[in-house]
Amino acid sequence: MGTYLLKRFLNYAILLVVATNLSWLLAVTQLNPRSLYEISNPPIDPVSIENNLRSRNLSDKVPLSERWVTWSSSILLEWDWGQSPRGGNVGEEIGRRIWVSVRLITLGSLLGVGLGVLIGTWSARRQYGLSDRTFTFLALLGLSIPSFVIANLLQVLATYINDLTGTRFFEFVGETGMHGEWFGAQLLDRVQHLLLPTIALTILGAAFFSRIQRSVMLDSMNSGFVRTARAKGLTRSQAINRHALRVSLIPTSTYFAFSIATLFVGSAFMEIIFSFHGMGEYAVQTIQGHDVHGAVATAAFGGVCVLSGALLADFMVAWLDPRVRSAGASHSG
Amino acid sequence: MVDVSLKHERLKPERLLLTRFLRNKTAVVGLVIILALIVLALIGPWISPFAYDDVDRQAYLKPPSWQHPMGTTQSGRDMWALTLHGLRKSLVIGLVVALLSTSIAAIVGAFAAYYGGWLERFSLWIIDLLLVIPSFLLIALIAGNASGGASSWLLLVLLLTLFGWMLSARVVRSLTQSVRQNEYIAAARYMGLSGPNIIFRHILPNIASLLIIDATLNVSGAILAETSLAYFGFGVQPPDTSLGTLLGDGARQLSSFPWLFAGPATIIVLLILSVNAVGDGLRDAFDPGSQASGKG
Repeated sequence: MGTYLLKRFLNYAILLVVATNLSWLLAVTQLNPRSLYEISNPPIDPVSIENNLRSRNLSDKVPLSERWVTWSSSILLEWDWGQSPRGGNVGEEIGRRIWVSVRLITLGSLLGVGLGVLIGTWSARRQYGLSDRTFTFLALLGLSIPSFVIANLLQVLATYINDLTGTRFFEFVGETGMHGEWFGAQLLDRVQHLLLPTIALTILGAAFFSRIQRSVMLDSMNSGFVRTARAKGLTRSQAINRHALRVSLIPTSTYFAFSIATLFVGSAFMEIIFSFHGMGEYAVQTIQGHDVHGAVATAAFGGVCVLSGALLADFMVAWLDPRVRSAGASHSG
Repeated sequence: MVDVSLKHERLKPERLLLTRFLRNKTAVVGLVIILALIVLALIGPWISPFAYDDVDRQAYLKPPSWQHPMGTTQSGRDMWALTLHGLRKSLVIGLVVALLSTSIAAIVGAFAAYYGGWLERFSLWIIDLLLVIPSFLLIALIAGNASGGASSWLLLVLLLTLFGWMLSARVVRSLTQSVRQNEYIAAARYMGLSGPNIIFRHILPNIASLLIIDATLNVSGAILAETSLAYFGFGVQPPDTSLGTLLGDGARQLSSFPWLFAGPATIIVLLILSVNAVGDGLRDAFDPGSQASGKG
């Protein structure tokens, strides 16, 4: 099992390096940082534009190979991901933003998967009942609404409630705002700001995972080992809770591991709508702002998320699934 | 395997599929809505008094009225006409991308699994490579800085296809691996059929159910992806418009001018919901183990 995971890890590392270099090539050819300076009014002296761009390794007059050597060697030797066209270190910016995204995503995604597993299990046990059909339809609806539509609608609803009650219970600009000096005021303020994006992420997650959990649960409920458990005298709910539910959690948690990457990208909507300055917002801003190094670093970060998700999923299967676990043990032993 | 057990009832497989599909009310309603939306998008220019690029100088940012049933935009364009135009563009993007990406997935997946060896390893490596960086970023990177113009939707179709076939190709590959074990494949080979012939005439028809479901879900996936890109301005570029660009513009002015958002939002949710419902219905109808067909 150890060598298997190690092999996967090496393979992923190679993929990541190749993909990052290809994204650099793409960003260099697609983005045009020079245009940022050329539109400025009053016009900037072309020589100083060139000097500015050259000092940040962004000049399109320098040969591609030379720029690539500068870019890749500074990452390899100093872990420096470069400068944005307006100045500012890309690595520092990302180091700050990752935590904003983590704070935004964690609670909502955990609640989403938790609620999804609950609903999916509940639905599967009452297949084709009224509650199952209702939840199935709601999940389908949740998956069919673009996430920014959900976030925008929540915002409108929150504004309406705020106006109706004459309070500012729902906050939807930024991570923090004005708050009192008393103990816990700061925490409450953060919770208030997190409330709406968390609700939106929970809805999206619950819609997605309830469908997966329902179908996986149905499969495992109808499988041989549950029938055996019933034959040995367990009641239906004992058999389902002890055997079917546990097995069904393996594929669901694998999906969850995979979804980590999409969460960071998908959260771009939440970040922009609710003004959190995280990675998703940065991805959009760098592409719009001709920030070659920022865009490449964001792409590389996305790649790291995808591959850690995949590695986590590999690991979970190896760790959780007794069939794989024992197979691995017998191979290595 | 379906027709063997049912031969005595003289029920053709297509007939059985249809019966099973029709039992799923949500899917049937979805299909009707899709057809209605397609008709609406096609006859749109004839039933709307304004063209999508007409400017009504009497009505800037007016709420819905008899003359403009969905209101007008800041530049005096009719929202109803714009929505129908956007719907047409979104439908075209969804259908073309789904058709292309499912075809690529089928061909790459089937060839990789049938021939195996270096071809399979190479295909799998390309698939992995394309999956490493979130495709949203790469598509945005290319589409967001393209020159724009009337053909921007073609570039978008190309990009969504290029980054949209990999997961399906993996599924096609694993299915082909099991279909390949069948005796009729060996028989076809001994009769001297070439590899591509076997793939197109024997393997792909046998996994057609998966391909149909996959193509259906790819339609909604592509429409949703275009919408998300357009929200950030990376989608179809002006003067052209899609449901996504309308929603992106509308969302920014949602609290003051809700009609710019409400119409396109309703249409897109209706469209994607219907496509997904049909996809679900097809999956239940094709799946022999499914209990959607009832116990009778």
